[in-house]
Amino acid sequence: MLGPVAAGLWGALLPAMGHLPAAGFIGPSLEAWSALGAWPGLGDSIRLSLVTGLLATLISLAIVTLIVAGWWGTRPFNWIERALSPLLSVPHAAAALGLAFLIAPSGWLARLASPGITGWDRPPDWLIPGDPWGLSLTAGLVAKEVPFLLLMTLAALGQVRARAMLTSAQAMGYGRIAGWLKVVFPAVYAQIRLPVFVVLAYSMSVVDMALILGPSTPATLSVQIVRWMSDPDLSMRLVASAAALLQLALVLVALAAWRGGEIALLRWGIAWATGGGRGAMLDPLRPLGLGLGALSALAVLGGIAAMALWSVAAGWRFPDALPEALTARSWMRHADGLGAAVGDTALVALVAVALAVALTVGCLEAEFRRGRPIGRAGIWLLYLPLIVPQTAFLPGLQTLLLRLGADRGALPVIAAHLVFVLPYVFLSLGDPWRAWDTRQATVGAALGASPGRVFLRVRLPMLLRPILVAAAVGAAVSVGQYLPTLLIGGGRVATLTTEAVALASGGDRRAIGVFALAQTGAALLPFALATLLPLVLWRNRRGLHG
Amino acid sequence: MAEGLTIQAVEIRKGDQPLIALDRHVAPGTVLTVMGPSGVGKSTLLSYLIGTLDPAFTARGRVILNGRDVTGLPTARRGMGILFQDDLLFPHLSVGGNLAFGLAGGDRAARRERIAAALDEVGLAGFENRDPATVSGGQRARVSLMRMLLADPHALLLDEAFSRLDAARRESTRAMVFDTARARSLPVVMVTHDADDAAAAGGPVIRLGDTPR
Repeated sequence: MLGPVAAGLWGALLPAMGHLPAAGFIGPSLEAWSALGAWPGLGDSIRLSLVTGLLATLISLAIVTLIVAGWWGTRPFNWIERALSPLLSVPHAAAALGLAFLIAPSGWLARLASPGITGWDRPPDWLIPGDPWGLSLTAGLVAKEVPFLLLMTLAALGQVRARAMLTSAQAMGYGRIAGWLKVVFPAVYAQIRLPVFVVLAYSMSVVDMALILGPSTPATLSVQIVRWMSDPDLSMRLVASAAALLQLALVLVALAAWRGGEIALLRWGIAWATGGGRGAMLDPLRPLGLGLGALSALAVLGGIAAMALWSVAAGWRFPDALPEALTARSWMRHADGLGAAVGDTALVALVAVALAVALTVGCLEAEFRRGRPIGRAGIWLLYLPLIVPQTAFLPGLQTLLLRLGADRGALPVIAAHLVFVLPYVFLSLGDPWRAWDTRQATVGAALGASPGRVFLRVRLPMLLRPILVAAAVGAAVSVGQYLPTLLIGGGRVATLTTEAVALASGGDRRAIGVFALAQTGAALLPFALATLLPLVLWRNRRGLHG
Repeated sequence: MAEGLTIQAVEIRKGDQPLIALDRHVAPGTVLTVMGPSGVGKSTLLSYLIGTLDPAFTARGRVILNGRDVTGLPTARRGMGILFQDDLLFPHLSVGGNLAFGLAGGDRAARRERIAAALDEVGLAGFENRDPATVSGGQRARVSLMRMLLADPHALLLDEAFSRLDAARRESTRAMVFDTARARSLPVVMVTHDADDAAAAGGPVIRLGDTPR
């Protein structure tokens, strides 16, 4: 994991210092930096990155905390949990496109409210999405990061005795939300700190969502880096490399600021928790948590519905709430392009996931046989490609691959996807793998089975479901990758994601609907299979259906 | 004393903390009972004997089974069977499949016959294709015992093997295990916290971690 990240950063450092011999630039020089400093949009794009990133993280964490504090263990919470997997697997680009379909002045929401409520018979001339403050982008990020943080929180709750702690706090007269915040939240937060860092780094540097929902003049720094990378003027690569390092520095500054906020909050929180107040006045906030959670889920699901509708819409004039007629014309028109994109998407995802699962299972089995679990350093290493922004190290990695002549074909793209798929597969499979009762292995060995036979005949079949779920998570991650596909593939590997994002600027809603819906389907299908396959294979084995 | 299980000058430590020291011979067909409160390392002794000692522990001494030094051997080649307090039937295999996992060698027809006979022996004739999750706790305990016996062990380790069963089933299962061990001349090491188990076993009893008062 360290390899590609370090290589990518090194590959950005040299051009940033004006050294790119392949393009005829011999450094060191500071020209790239002065060109970057002279770009008039720099201040705005830095501000955009910082504000959208911090705001999206803060709001997502607040919503997730309010939901679990107010509703964990209740019936509505079960509904939320059930909606989680599908929401998580919706790719970022599809969620962003869907949100744009909803909130644009000519979007579905405006159509539903017009002309009855708004009185509009033509869409107003508003800059949504793409508002200069990045609010649309922030909203899109929140809608996608809430499910992620919620999942991480649920996993963390399994490791702390939340139920008993909350009950004892409530028995002392604490309100539900206050009791949760004072007693359970600190233990949970310690467990989800790394995922929160991932969300912060991701939100600050995301490219595909920012292309779709973010402002364009100036764009966020990461979008600008990608523009410079694809500029035919090769000297722009030097500027892009300098900006990549600046992006990394920005993320580090934001992480440090977040850490500072944690410390300040901790000091205040201890005083608050030991102050004796029962905080009953916080409990009226419970509906707010549920409402915000539902809103973020609806933003994703409603967006998908809007895209589905557009993909089969015949004519759909402005204030009409629904299209005049439905037709399969758009799907037929794009069948060829769609087929090719599905092929590329499936090839890259299947190979990357197969490699990631094999590597993960190998690592976990080796860890089990040696009896030594992965340490803190290992966990950080695993998270590294998720915390170092993609725009910081992928441009450098591409420059390096270019120099090695290894920038062709699907193989480099698969390798780049593996860098991001592997951590998620590992994080997803690690806990269920370690939770397996190792006495089963002892029994198997005592029956004369070699470690290899125990692994193949006992452990793998018993862990089939979590392995498939981890593979589905990996597939969703791979399907959703935009930047690695675009940069490392050099435009020659066209997946559903790169196609959908490329269409986004064009404004052909039917084409966008077709590709974004196909992208969502490609990410959801593996989850459906991971749920159904064990049910079919183990239909006569009740002991495997928890 | 070549026959039986010899636990020769065994010392298990956690770091530099001595945990267990034992030097005993268990004759064929007899039960050595190890008693003591939870947390004194009873199960650690068994995991040492069967070769799955956690790397956090260090051990000295030898384990000799029927004259063969098995100390350095992997679990699969020690020839010891083990029963835990949970039956640990493999949930993805049928009852017959679980037994087949334990049974080595033989052609298809012979294996099927052995398994049918084994099920018959524990009063479960015709249970081959049943899902282990759908049979009763007592039946699972018997399948678990039979699975172990089909692997033809030379010694038997019992790790609180009866503590999950209710009083009535406990007595009959216990009798079945001890009778089998005697009939096959297997040395048995039993770890338990229950004095009834020790009394039923009838062999020597070692107490770990008890300070005499």
